[in-house]
Amino acid sequence: MRSPRVPEMATQEVQPNETLTHLKTESDTLKTKLEEERAKLHDVELHQVAEKVDGLGQFIMKTRRTLKGHGNKVLCMDWCKDKRRIVSSSQDGKVIVWDAFTTNKEHAVTMPCTWVMACAYAPSGCAVACGGLDNKCSVYPLSLDKNENLAAKKKSVAMHTNYLSACSFTNSDMQILTSSGDGTCALWDVESGQLLQSFHGHAADVLCLDLAPSETGNTFVSGGCDKKANVWDMRSGQCIQSFETHESDINSVRYYPSGDAFASGSDDATCRLYDLRADREVAIYSKESIIFGVSSVDFSLSGRLLFGGYNDYTINVWDVLKGTRVSILFGHENRVSTLRVSPDGTAFCTGSWDHTLRVWA
Amino acid sequence: MPSKMHNAGRVAHARRMVQQLRIEASIERIKVSKASSDLMRYCGEHAKSDPLLMGLGASENPFKDKKPCTVL
Repeated sequence: MRSPRVPEMATQEVQPNETLTHLKTESDTLKTKLEEERAKLHDVELHQVAEKVDGLGQFIMKTRRTLKGHGNKVLCMDWCKDKRRIVSSSQDGKVIVWDAFTTNKEHAVTMPCTWVMACAYAPSGCAVACGGLDNKCSVYPLSLDKNENLAAKKKSVAMHTNYLSACSFTNSDMQILTSSGDGTCALWDVESGQLLQSFHGHAADVLCLDLAPSETGNTFVSGGCDKKANVWDMRSGQCIQSFETHESDINSVRYYPSGDAFASGSDDATCRLYDLRADREVAIYSKESIIFGVSSVDFSLSGRLLFGGYNDYTINVWDVLKGTRVSILFGHENRVSTLRVSPDGTAFCTGSWDHTLRVWA
Repeated sequence: MPSKMHNAGRVAHARRMVQQLRIEASIERIKVSKASSDLMRYCGEHAKSDPLLMGLGASENPFKDKKPCTVL
């Protein structure tokens, strides 16, 4: 395409409109081509291929620990790599680090804002990151001295122009990936607070993100209020794949352990599985009786089970391959807002609007 | 003036959309049958080391209590 010249007065109205129409046509043609290419490879359904796999038996999972201490809705949680510590954040402005084995609180920080929607543990276990309505992501080094005022050592890393919805350290303590209500994701250097890369493409608030398992390379997936799940190249900032099959906001995205697929949970009451190499949705996890939104999803270690936390206070456990529900878990007294499987897969933790966290195994 | 600027903005946006779609349309894809069997194979290979799937007993799962229950 030729680069545009400033239109002459006489053709001022005509030139931009012509280009616009031309671009719209090309855009529609490409979208149709994308659908056709994807459809050509849709030779079978995942659950059909999975018919030859053994079904799963009964699952007995119970609450093994209840973590009480937050004064308001729990919004987010993350496991430490040591498989026993947990960080959680709440509408009450507090960020708490717990020992999940003993249920003891090890650290507590009061943020200057309420609605701390995002928190994450650093890979070293020596720091936590959090943020929310303050539009920032801040990092707090964790001191061994329980009496030390953690707030004094706080480091502001990320600055967005709207709320922080999710954050995650990359493979080291040195970089943080964030998503925001401002419609963007961003990669930051923790030490300097410098913006390393920004990711534009969502048409509305970005609500969640997940980094690809390290073996798969430098990509991450994000989900948003535009009903899209986007896969990004972290180095170039480019959106490399985009999926738009959900009918409402995507609240949670999580990679399948091999990195070849990811699951999503949405306000449309379904979870879905997207295969990255087939470039399409390959499974929907839903039931007519499930009408409340999914807030958070995570896989068991082998990827066979998908856990979903729902706004109807329950956790549904799905057979990822066969597409059927294998268990429904009760216990929380309000919405489940966050859910993560522990690093060694022995348990999963949920956080809820009922102010508590529960560890299930 | 304002309408010219507005149009230029829309053209730029449309151009970005086309660029993005070109990238997405050009990636290599595999069949769902192949993708599915790969997912199944991964599950199968890792099933035995998946504690939540296998159901670890109290002796191996730190969250499950080892203490016997006493009725007071």
